[in-house]
Amino acid sequence: MAEPVLKIEGISKSFGALKASDDVSLDLVPGEIHALIGPNGAGKTTLIAQIAGSLQPDRGRVHLEGRDVTALDTVARARAGLGRTFQISSLAMEDSVLQNAVLGALGARQKPLGLFARVMKDRDLTEVAMQALREVGLEEYAKFRVADLSHGQRRQLEVAVALTLQPHVFLMDEPMAGLGAEGSAQLVPLLQRLKSRAPILLVEHDMDAVFQLADRISVLVYGRIIATGTPDEIRANAEVREAYLGEEDAA
Amino acid sequence: MISREGLINTALVFGLLLVPLWAHFSDEPYIVTLSTRVAILALAGVGLNLALGLGGLVSLGHAMFFGIGGYAAGILASHAQSYTPLFEWPVVIEGTQFMPVIWLVAIVASALVALLTGALSLRTSGVYFIMITLAFGQMFYYFTISWPAYGGEDGLSIYVRDRFPGLNTLVPIQFFGLCFAALMLALVVVARIARSGFGLALNAARQNEARVRAVGIEPYRLRLAAFVISGAITGLAGALYADLNRFVSPAMFSWQTSGEIMVFVILGGVARLFGPVAGAALFIILEEVLGGMSDYWHIWLGLLLLIVVLFARGGLIGLIAGQARRDSAGEGGGHG
Amino acid sequence: MFSRTDMSLILLIEQLLNGLQFGVMLFLMSAGLTLIFGVMGLINLAHGSLYMVGAFAAAGVAAATGSFALALAASLAAAAIAGVLVEVLVIRRLYDRDHLDQVLATFALILIFSESTRWVFGSFPLYLDVPAALSGAVSLPGGISYPAYRLAIIGIGLAVAVILFLLISKTRIGMRIRAGESDREMIGALGVNISVLYTAVFALGAALAGFAGALVGAIQSVQVGMGEPVLILAFVTIVIGGIGSIKGAFVGALLVGLTDTLGRVLLPVAFGTFMDPSSATAVGAALASMSIYILMAGVLLFKPTGLYGSA
Repeated sequence: MAEPVLKIEGISKSFGALKASDDVSLDLVPGEIHALIGPNGAGKTTLIAQIAGSLQPDRGRVHLEGRDVTALDTVARARAGLGRTFQISSLAMEDSVLQNAVLGALGARQKPLGLFARVMKDRDLTEVAMQALREVGLEEYAKFRVADLSHGQRRQLEVAVALTLQPHVFLMDEPMAGLGAEGSAQLVPLLQRLKSRAPILLVEHDMDAVFQLADRISVLVYGRIIATGTPDEIRANAEVREAYLGEEDAA
Repeated sequence: MISREGLINTALVFGLLLVPLWAHFSDEPYIVTLSTRVAILALAGVGLNLALGLGGLVSLGHAMFFGIGGYAAGILASHAQSYTPLFEWPVVIEGTQFMPVIWLVAIVASALVALLTGALSLRTSGVYFIMITLAFGQMFYYFTISWPAYGGEDGLSIYVRDRFPGLNTLVPIQFFGLCFAALMLALVVVARIARSGFGLALNAARQNEARVRAVGIEPYRLRLAAFVISGAITGLAGALYADLNRFVSPAMFSWQTSGEIMVFVILGGVARLFGPVAGAALFIILEEVLGGMSDYWHIWLGLLLLIVVLFARGGLIGLIAGQARRDSAGEGGGHG
Repeated sequence: MFSRTDMSLILLIEQLLNGLQFGVMLFLMSAGLTLIFGVMGLINLAHGSLYMVGAFAAAGVAAATGSFALALAASLAAAAIAGVLVEVLVIRRLYDRDHLDQVLATFALILIFSESTRWVFGSFPLYLDVPAALSGAVSLPGGISYPAYRLAIIGIGLAVAVILFLLISKTRIGMRIRAGESDREMIGALGVNISVLYTAVFALGAALAGFAGALVGAIQSVQVGMGEPVLILAFVTIVIGGIGSIKGAFVGALLVGLTDTLGRVLLPVAFGTFMDPSSATAVGAALASMSIYILMAGVLLFKPTGLYGSA
């Protein structure tokens, strides 16, 4: 197997008596979509926060392209090549779609932001931004205010902003959340295309999408990874079925 | 096509220019002086608006910069008047009545204080930030009261207005011209900043801090830079205000001054470039009209402010231009 | 030599008591502010106006009846009523607004309160006399003589602190307040009428502020604008203690009270050891005026959310 781009080693995090992450290890190799699934309350959000850098693990390390980034904060990890999308759309709602994408391109450039030059006239930035919008199918909405977009379009813009970062790893937190079957179906081919550019760690609730997209799946239950494997292996795994079916029964 | 807001802005600029010109030729120096006050207070508001409107930083301590600018002018002038140097060691620094130098000192001193207080207060957010900026402002207020070297509670007088090359600053309309030019320059600077990459990121950090971090930009630095520029502009306004009154006192540092600067910004319409100009003009007009009718005009000002906050959130320009406050769609996403 | 050390020790203890008295007063102000912020998420600049209302009510009633007890009761009642009025008319429209709107609206309230008071009572300060029973000095162990009234303030303030702790930790309404601090939906689920609870908490905070105003009114003069300097000190207090924490308000208030009082006495003396007396007094006084803000800055450096703050 190729050298992993993202490698999480033995991450643990407790909140009081609750073990939100219990010795979690997983990795992401070039060209793959690695899906992380698990019932509600399994600790997916906590794990994502530790990978993105907004939460420090009690134990364990995070490596990005062979470099230990455990001590780095969100900003530094973004600059090191981690492109994340948020479960709840995290956008500048008053700004235009294009402005949001340009913000991503501006951050990715890693140069002084510029105090007097008009940022929206900067061809380098707007081209990166428009390209990203085209890829997610939002180019016609470039001048719309984000607040005027539909929920699904905001989900697409989340992905577009991550694209402008030209990241080495995508960290996608439930990109299909609230999209419905039709919206999910639109995003699936996009993610399929993106994975060749940078591997995707995909946290997702939509099981159809996960089994369609993922090359590997890890299952998180009560903070522990109970299984990692191909979709077929996971489907056949008795422990996973029990964890999931148990959850379905309860719900 | 010019938007309605653009028309209002143009009208404001011409109004602020034409009223004192008319007053000058009709021999109404008082109105020229009032217009000068509008220009200076608007300048202070333009400074605050950069932090408040664009950055979402609710600073209740901008009187600190207004006062520092004022005292920079007052102290330099008082040393020049008494022919005593400020310092003799390690180098001799003399006082001056030369405005460009005074302005430079006011801007640099305010920026430095903004850097220090901002570095501390921006470690917090929301209500903490509001209270801490207010507290730092109050610290300077009490410091100037208890520091006897420069007048203490009584303040300092500038006996002859400071000089500007080629102008007679004692002629009200000429001094107005200087203040007007400073205001216009600051408006251009702030407009450019708002459209720059820095402005885009700063404004985005106000709306959604996590987003800005996720693209690899640190909001703290953006805000600190905005706070420093904002303080510097308000400091310049303070220096001009000292020369307008030819007097500085600890009142420039008082929390009421901070509150009033914020009121200009809000009355005009927060996050609108010309909001502080409209707000300062309205404030001075109210002060003249209501103040002429009643000694207790602050009651009416308070009621007006209450109505604007509770019911007319776009401020004056918003009311006339017929749009809600620009950020009404992004409630709750901002700082804090 | 012996007697001089003795004298300065007595002086120091006196100043400690003064600092304690100041701190206890600040606690009465800060407790309401921090409670209102903790429960309703509201920053209330007009809290200083309620302090002023209490002081004026006390001065007015004392002048009319000559009774200090009635004056204190009046301060509680007037501030609580003013608090309820303001909460119902203005404040409750602000709970869902951002902090900027809260700052502006409550700033507007300050303007309205201050100018209305000036209109009714004029610009001249009123005086509230210390009650005759407490007008003398009390001899403390060690030959210290200390004004009985100030000692009474310390006692009353500490008693209020204890009552407040008990109210919040032991009673049903306290449980609701704590529930409101942690989870607003939960108090709805408990079947509590939230808007009544909010009004009650605001009135409680207002009454405490008004009470503090009346107590201090007998030491200082009662005048328009007396509330805001105290308000800002109360802000410093809760920034140090941590917003929303009553315990933090108490510790913060004592720290601020003692630092400010002792700083004013000790700093000029400290500078006097290596400076000539007049500049030592000037530098010492100037630094003393900044001491509590420096204390605040120091706390912020190490604990940006204050000593007992959480979020």
